[in-house]
Amino acid sequence: MTARIKLLRTSTFRLAALYLILFAVSVSALLGYVYWNTAVLLERQTDDTIRAEVQALADQYRLRGLRGIIDTIQRRSVDESGSVYLLAGVEGVRIAGNLTSLPDIPTDEASWIEFPLDVERGSGRERHTARAFHTNLAGGFNLVVGRDVEALRQFATIIRRTIFYALAIALVLGLGGGLLMSRNFLRRVDAITEASRTIMAGNMAGRMPVQGSNDELDRLALALNEMLDQIESLMGAMKEVSSNVAHDLKTPLTRIKARVEAALRSGSEDEYRAALERTVDESDRLLATFNALLSIARAEAGQSRGGLVALDASTIIADVVELYEPMAEEAGGTLVSEAPAGLTVLGDRQLLAQALTNLFDNALKYGASPGSTPQISVSGRIEGDKVIISVNDHGVGIAPEDRGRVTERFVRLDSSRTEPGNGLGLSLVSGVMKLHKGTLVLEDNHPGLAAKLVLPLHRADS
Amino acid sequence: MQLREPDSSVWTAKPTTQPMRILVIEDDREAASWLIKGLAESGHVADHAVDGEQGLNMASEGLHDVLIVDRLLPKLDGLSIIRKLREDGVKTPVLILSALADVDERVKGLRAGGDDYLGKPYAFSELLARVENLGRRSGEAPLETRLKAADLEIDLLTRTVTRGGKPIVLQPREFKLLEYLVRNAGHIVTRTMLLENVWDYHFDPQTNVIDVHVSRLRSKIDKGYDEPILQTVRGAGYMIRDS
Repeated sequence: MTARIKLLRTSTFRLAALYLILFAVSVSALLGYVYWNTAVLLERQTDDTIRAEVQALADQYRLRGLRGIIDTIQRRSVDESGSVYLLAGVEGVRIAGNLTSLPDIPTDEASWIEFPLDVERGSGRERHTARAFHTNLAGGFNLVVGRDVEALRQFATIIRRTIFYALAIALVLGLGGGLLMSRNFLRRVDAITEASRTIMAGNMAGRMPVQGSNDELDRLALALNEMLDQIESLMGAMKEVSSNVAHDLKTPLTRIKARVEAALRSGSEDEYRAALERTVDESDRLLATFNALLSIARAEAGQSRGGLVALDASTIIADVVELYEPMAEEAGGTLVSEAPAGLTVLGDRQLLAQALTNLFDNALKYGASPGSTPQISVSGRIEGDKVIISVNDHGVGIAPEDRGRVTERFVRLDSSRTEPGNGLGLSLVSGVMKLHKGTLVLEDNHPGLAAKLVLPLHRADS
Repeated sequence: MQLREPDSSVWTAKPTTQPMRILVIEDDREAASWLIKGLAESGHVADHAVDGEQGLNMASEGLHDVLIVDRLLPKLDGLSIIRKLREDGVKTPVLILSALADVDERVKGLRAGGDDYLGKPYAFSELLARVENLGRRSGEAPLETRLKAADLEIDLLTRTVTRGGKPIVLQPREFKLLEYLVRNAGHIVTRTMLLENVWDYHFDPQTNVIDVHVSRLRSKIDKGYDEPILQTVRGAGYMIRDS
């Protein structure tokens, strides 16, 4: 019962029912047209023929008198075309024609009549229906001209019956088909609902069933599956981040604890002091990590997107280069830049500068090939509708298989573990790019790394 | 977050300025008591208000040199206090102290009438340097063309620097850095203050870029002189000797 109600409520079923009604109406119209053009038309043609014959016989009577009409009727009565003629006197006594007697005539006036007709067939007598026109000729004579319409009537009956059955079959098929169709649809929707339930219950590996027919439901299921893949990978990344956060917090906390405990055991004031100082340092580092995580989260959430203004990236490059140039020189290397004015982007000066400083920090740390000094070059240019800021070094670079990974939070490549850092630098850069609708592209600089910030060029009129 | 030297030691508080009367409006009693203790050790007098209304009443008396205002307070929030004070014509410098520390929030705070903004958690030395900086600012002469610290002189019009009468050639940024240090001569200036005021950056670069710039400046103004004028205050920042 509930299943039936559910079925009646489905939109597919309603649609099927509507189509069914439209279908029935059009089938009826078509069959009605056929009926009109066959049975009804044939009967009308018969009537027309009879009327014409009556007219012709009446003319004969008028022109040639009784003799003429009797001759014509007798001549015509002979052929077996199913025509019926009778000329009777005033009392209804047969004068000529192939009817034995005058049928019951309701009135004296001219009218259409129908009466049973016994017909001689090879095997015996058959009772047919005749349709005739009765008229009175001058002098009181009765003239009846008609046709055996049995075949016509049977034909009409067959057509009517055909129409009835055709309609019935169409309705039954349409209704059954609609029910089957919507039941099939419902079953697939139920399968999708069921799959969502298992996924919600925690089975993230579950996916929507796909039939392979590439219909609407399949496309929906495929889209949902893609979304689930994305969610699953995001959840995986989240889990990794939280376990990384836990790990990155646990390590310094363990260090602090060990140091403080050792100091307490020693009981010496100098040890206390040293332990407290190291604790302050460790907390500072922890706070820095938290701040970096918060900055990334803020940038990725696009919270301050409203604060973006049109600015020239070349001035940001110049400012940050000015800030970092002494660092490069201190390390015995160089930092050269080439950025013409007019690199207009919609941006946040602080965040873009922070992204650049992170790239410079990396270039300073890893941008020197072993035994040499960091040679860093920065360029800014316009390519099509993009502004590209590229920070290039000649250091160890990043292996192609690691390039996708290094922007994830806390990911530090083995080669960099000896350097201080928290593994959040490139995550922040990529978060800042996300906020600016840009991308961070890491390429091989042969040798070294080319880190490119690709930002949409901002045009004043757009 | 404060930038530190690798060999930093905990900074020991010592008065670097005239004693000030400071109002701390902070609902976290423990945090407030540490703050007040630190200010007292640095030679200042601090009052404490535990909620927004009490804070506004106390601040309205106009008896304080600097206000330290938390943003999230019971009864009346920090920004509303500042707005009310400014509407009533109370011009006491305000340092906003808040866990809401990103640039947007900072801008909100300064627009409301705050004079400086410090994110929680903070280093006490950073807070003290900023509070003392604000305390001095209120009595500062608005227009100066020459700045002087010991035998160092800066002409802000010609943008020239001399020490003991001998000219020193500086890059524009070095000039700006020195100008800020000299304006705060005799007082500690933290690395974050330099980054904010000289470079206008409100984030922490991972490396100690400021140290490199200061050491370059030092090599230009102190090289060949027996008494260095630019001093490093361990664990806190830098200071230009004013005499």
